[in-house]
Amino acid sequence: MNYRLIARYLRFVLQLQAVFLLPMLAYSVTQGEHGAGKGFLITLVIVVILSLLLRLVKFDPEKTMYIKDGFVMVAICWIAVSVMGAFPYWISGDIPFFLDALFESVSGFTTTGATILTNVEGLSSGLLLWRGFSHWIGGMGVLVFLLALVPALSGGERSFNVMKAESTGPAPGKLVPKLRQSAKLLYIIYLVLTLILVLFLLAGGMPLLDSVVNAMSTAGTGGFSARNISIEAYNSAYLEMVIAVFLIIFGISFNMYYFLVARNFSAVYKNEELRVYLGIILVSTILVAVNLLGSVCDNAADALRYAFFQVSSTITTTCLSSTNYDLWPTFSRFALITLTFIGASAGSTGGGIKVSRIIILFKESRRILFRMVHPRSVETVKMDGKTLDKTVVHSVSAYLALLMMILVVSTFVVAWDGYDLESTFTAVSSCLNNNGPGLGLAGPAGNFSSFSPLSKVVLSLNMLIGRLEIYPVLLMFSPRTWKRI
Amino acid sequence: MDIVIVGDGKVGYTLAEQLNKEGHDITIIDNRADILNSTLEMLDVMGVRGNGASMEVQMEAGVPSADLLIAATSGDEVNMLCCLTAKMLGAKRTIARVRNPEYSTQLQMLKEPLGLSMVINPELESAREIARVVKFPPALKIETFSKGRVELIEFKLLEHMPIVGKSLMEMPQIIDSNVLICAVDRGGAVIIPRGSFVLEAGDRIHITGAARQITSFLSQIGGIHLKVRSLMLVGGGRIAYYLAKMLDVKAFRIKIIEKNRERCDELCDLLPNATIIHGDGSDIDVLESEGIEEADAFVALTNIDEENLIMSMVANEKKVPKIITKTGRFDNLSILEKLGIDTVINPKMTTANHIIQYVRAVQNSVHFNNIKTLYKIVNGKAEATEFTATSDTAHLNVRLDQLHLKRNLLLAVIVRDGKVIIPHGEDVIKEGDSVIVLTNEHKLSCLNNIFEGS
Repeated sequence: MNYRLIARYLRFVLQLQAVFLLPMLAYSVTQGEHGAGKGFLITLVIVVILSLLLRLVKFDPEKTMYIKDGFVMVAICWIAVSVMGAFPYWISGDIPFFLDALFESVSGFTTTGATILTNVEGLSSGLLLWRGFSHWIGGMGVLVFLLALVPALSGGERSFNVMKAESTGPAPGKLVPKLRQSAKLLYIIYLVLTLILVLFLLAGGMPLLDSVVNAMSTAGTGGFSARNISIEAYNSAYLEMVIAVFLIIFGISFNMYYFLVARNFSAVYKNEELRVYLGIILVSTILVAVNLLGSVCDNAADALRYAFFQVSSTITTTCLSSTNYDLWPTFSRFALITLTFIGASAGSTGGGIKVSRIIILFKESRRILFRMVHPRSVETVKMDGKTLDKTVVHSVSAYLALLMMILVVSTFVVAWDGYDLESTFTAVSSCLNNNGPGLGLAGPAGNFSSFSPLSKVVLSLNMLIGRLEIYPVLLMFSPRTWKRI
Repeated sequence: MDIVIVGDGKVGYTLAEQLNKEGHDITIIDNRADILNSTLEMLDVMGVRGNGASMEVQMEAGVPSADLLIAATSGDEVNMLCCLTAKMLGAKRTIARVRNPEYSTQLQMLKEPLGLSMVINPELESAREIARVVKFPPALKIETFSKGRVELIEFKLLEHMPIVGKSLMEMPQIIDSNVLICAVDRGGAVIIPRGSFVLEAGDRIHITGAARQITSFLSQIGGIHLKVRSLMLVGGGRIAYYLAKMLDVKAFRIKIIEKNRERCDELCDLLPNATIIHGDGSDIDVLESEGIEEADAFVALTNIDEENLIMSMVANEKKVPKIITKTGRFDNLSILEKLGIDTVINPKMTTANHIIQYVRAVQNSVHFNNIKTLYKIVNGKAEATEFTATSDTAHLNVRLDQLHLKRNLLLAVIVRDGKVIIPHGEDVIKEGDSVIVLTNEHKLSCLNNIFEGS
């Protein structure tokens, strides 16, 4: 294991976090929020001291970063960022227990959006901003930001492993040959889209702070809102539609926007994942709306409005809510649970298994069935008209298997708390898919505060596993990774 | 520049690695996913999987807007088709690797209709490099500048040579010749020497000057003790063929040992003047019975690196005066030197170097007008840049000893009206001169950069 390399990246990540904390500190001070100000200041000092200490570890440029070094480094950096990100909540006193603060912080950076707060509006505005910002930076990735910023990191050989570990989807690629340029382009697209969203929200009469927090939450497909009852609080069909549409936009692979800018329209038009993603949204919206019409809603317009918002919010694993969907009929609720598993597109900020993986799994299953009928047949799995590498197909099957195992084991641990099966299972699946609220106790009207400390730790880990797509976190815990030979 | 490389083989990878280091945007096309993946893991480049000669794949790789396409797949025909397609799609320049000797005559004719900017033949280039060393055996390596007028020769100082232990300033008292020691490779570190620098045995020095002056210098210090008359070549591949063709029949006796019977027959037809032996060159008995002891030069050219290295060590044991070893993958020169193998020919590096020189020349002609060419020398540890002095150049017609040049920088050669001048204190730079400057640390973008304080 290349410890010096890990130390080097960790130092850069902490320095970056210090840079993020500064405006938060300034904002809290101007708002006269002493508790939050104290929290940010002390955290800032700790982060700076740690990064100075890490400076003592000399970097050895001769040693290469192998894939395991890259993956484990990313997992460790994420844990460091989350732990440091928890300090402001805890030190300010707004969240009195450190484990709760950590849960909130992990939930923020992994863009899960599960909260332990019983009263969101009671949080100081500086911390609300920090919560929203953690969604925004976590959505695209802290290390991708670092790669865009620090030429020394992105120039080296094999630094692509870092981006691979942090980006979503079965086979992440670059937009342009240079890694740094790719990372920059991603963040530029991300920033521009977020700013447009802020303007749209402001135009709908949302207050500035709420606009910024909700926009960052939407962009990162996180789910933290500035209000207890999420988007329902604004009770505006316009705002709901704006957010729903932008959620879908942020759930699409960012490569598509680059293709649009590069005027490569056929690549967008032919993209299979995009079509399936939009198709799933369309079908789910119609089915859920019809189901709602017969039970909760009186008119078609309302049913469509609620169904569209919740479907787009759930498939992108954001889970902002425009109504308490926990009261919906079973069909709709199960549809939403299914959508969290499907998730958004690869290369987007969304979570879940990802539409492209679902497509690959579906095609591979069909191929295996076909082979049973015609044992001598030769057929390959294709995506966008191109044959997929066998290793990609296999890794997708392995991904699903690992996900299910982790889901079962985690559910067993959380089940020890003794809550009902629906709450327990959806709490775990929601965290693992970076969705946020589940159903029942963990649903839109509830929160995660009543779970035991052990469950909170397991759920936090699930969020990290979900965001980094399993392998980095598992590698970090595998003893073999740390052995020399 | 945006560069697309087709073929992720040895040459393709080396090119991607080098060009990426120089800041170009590289996209590499190959149809083998596993090889492409490992390259993407190693280098900061983009990969496109598919047939590089197909239009669709080229479109995906961004060929229409690329500045250069380099076709380096294993098939000559594929390479030419790649370049033709790329040219039609709008790539500005194309380079094809074409290695089949049967095409070499028609290439000049095909170059224009295929839109090729450059054709490179790795085996031919390697054979040229070997031929240069065979004709001038004291050299470990010979590089040429300024359209071949200036040579840079690397050779190793031995204990008995009179200049060992002397500083460069004392040299004119010992020998009378007009050459310049421009770089010294001592234990892997490259030094641009000043007057007070003391030479040691074991230094690999790089000298430059007109060809005749270099010969005179070497004979005075006792570096020339041999003229190659007879060569033993093991491995009758394309390099052996080109080399045998290149070397004059009257001056050299050539013996080629080849394992494959059919290839032996082919070689017999192609090279009527060479002696072709059917046998396994990695078998010491064969080498001995064919008289390895009497050979002036031994060239190991099989396709297997390990065999080449072992044969060269055998030749070293048998005291063959000049041993040249071809390696394909293995390019760790310092390890090879410890084994007594000091003249190494690496076709992938030779090819890559040629193409990289071309890329630099193109880039320089776009950006800085008065850089003519730029060469990486001494295994890439120093740079030689050729400038043209224009009316904008400072200190024209000023004696060089009056000028203050930067440290670790050497004004190596002035070429004036086709004549090579090794500059001394009383020489001057005139407008229109070609000036070659060597450095191991500065980045030079114009001739005025060489002066202190610029």
